Amino acid sequence: MLIKKRVSHEIAENSVTPENIYLNRRSILKSFGIVTASGLAMPSQAGFLDNLLGGSASEVPQAPRKPLEYRPDKPTDLSLTPEPKVINHNNFYEFGTSKTDPAENSQHLKTEPWTLTIEGEVENPGVVDVWELMQQSNLEERIYRMRCVEAWSMVIPWLGLELNTLLKKFKPTSRAKYVAFETLYDPKQMPGQRSRHFGGGIAYPYVEGLRIDEAMHPLTILAVGLYGKTLPTQNGAPVRLVVPWKYGFKGIKSIVKIRLTEKQPPTSWNLLAPHEYGFYANVNPEVDHPRWSQASERFIGEGGPFSSTRQKTLMFNGYAEQVASLYSGMDLKKYY
Amino acid sequence: MKGFRPGKKTSLTLRIVVHVGAFLPLLWLFWAVPQGALGADPVKELIHFLGMGALRLLLLTLCVSPLAKALKFGLLVRLRRPLGLWCFVWASLHFVTWLALDLGFDWSLIGEELVTRTYIVVGFVALFLLLALAVTSIPKILRSMGKNWKKLHRTIYLIVVLASIHFWWSVKSGWIEPAIYLSLALFLLYLRRRTILPGLFTNEKLTDLKGSLQK
Repeated sequence: MLIKKRVSHEIAENSVTPENIYLNRRSILKSFGIVTASGLAMPSQAGFLDNLLGGSASEVPQAPRKPLEYRPDKPTDLSLTPEPKVINHNNFYEFGTSKTDPAENSQHLKTEPWTLTIEGEVENPGVVDVWELMQQSNLEERIYRMRCVEAWSMVIPWLGLELNTLLKKFKPTSRAKYVAFETLYDPKQMPGQRSRHFGGGIAYPYVEGLRIDEAMHPLTILAVGLYGKTLPTQNGAPVRLVVPWKYGFKGIKSIVKIRLTEKQPPTSWNLLAPHEYGFYANVNPEVDHPRWSQASERFIGEGGPFSSTRQKTLMFNGYAEQVASLYSGMDLKKYY
Repeated sequence: MKGFRPGKKTSLTLRIVVHVGAFLPLLWLFWAVPQGALGADPVKELIHFLGMGALRLLLLTLCVSPLAKALKFGLLVRLRRPLGLWCFVWASLHFVTWLALDLGFDWSLIGEELVTRTYIVVGFVALFLLLALAVTSIPKILRSMGKNWKKLHRTIYLIVVLASIHFWWSVKSGWIEPAIYLSLALFLLYLRRRTILPGLFTNEKLTDLKGSLQK
């Protein structure tokens, strides 16, 4: 018999938000009689309700997403950020620097076919067909807190696989100390890569990196979906990294290459502003960003556009029990 | 501008344009923000929108005098007051939005941020000076101040520099846009170099400077 020890981010079954409430959130909202002040007739009622939820800012048609089969996460007492907010409030500078830009400008990104190259310090370098990977893997739902370095946060039900299951297939060598990730570089499809101004001054392609023990940690996932379906382009379709105890910018999107290395790889935000963004970027309420406090965050949850609430930021974003040991003896003020 | 003889009517029309132009975007916000025009979490965008509006109004205020001279249209200076006051309104809304929606009136956090974040200190000083200018624009106070009024209102030169720096330091990445605003501010100050420089260097200081250069 498998005896599973419950760790702190897993919460008892009786405290979960009932699925039917979650699934029927729109009709529930409707039943609250939320109406527009302007009284204008709206062409699309669903879209309009998304707007009331603080959802879609634009009428840009969204690229279709496929439903995925997955094993649901254990119940949690975390209240989820509504899907319209998750997919309309994004940092994906390849598609523009404003939060609504990615949802507007990314819909034409060609995500099929998509391959992921795995190279460097591995015994069997190779190429993965990401859509085949989605079919073959036993996808899991992971309900994680997401904490942006800009001091806002969400709770997102990701679908994906542990990164270690993929990396192990390629047999990392003993020299593999780090894992480097790279986003697609395609200025034709990504307007931010065509213009320094539009792309926020980042040197593209966007690159990220993890220490090998961080990459192999069971909390670290390659996400291929959210809210039961494949990822929207603005959230990093078709495959992105999610490291829940680190600031959101570590979660590199639309990955095309994974390279295992002996030396610490460069990372995009660190290259742009080394004194503000470190390689580690662990969520830490005690180490402030030079220009703002990281002690608290605005949680973006249910409700209207101004419903976000300020809450205390947790050490390692609430995953200290699982990951603090990775950094024992390290000066986290120095290795921010 | 041949045949352009601006008069009282033009000045009045322009003032109406200023009032409408500065008020309409605020009205638009009331309608658009609930529609999601500024995104799922409009707080940051709203603060940015109001701050940028205040900075633009500030630059416009500083355009008035040079334009009035260039166009030989003295009545144009009447635009300074409404533009300056609207700038104060936008800057105040920018500040209050930050207090209320970003920090949720968490006073200990507000106090900490106001003291420890350089860009916030700079912005707050700029707003505080703007408040002084706004209050002294009340006709009664204005008249009672005499020559001091002009002296005080020259702090707008300092304010525009502070506001531009506040913008530059507040952006997460990308320096082009703040650089454009700072250049505009510095250009508008350059046009006034004959007023500003003698103020900065009194005759005494200039003699000192010359003396030290000769050594």
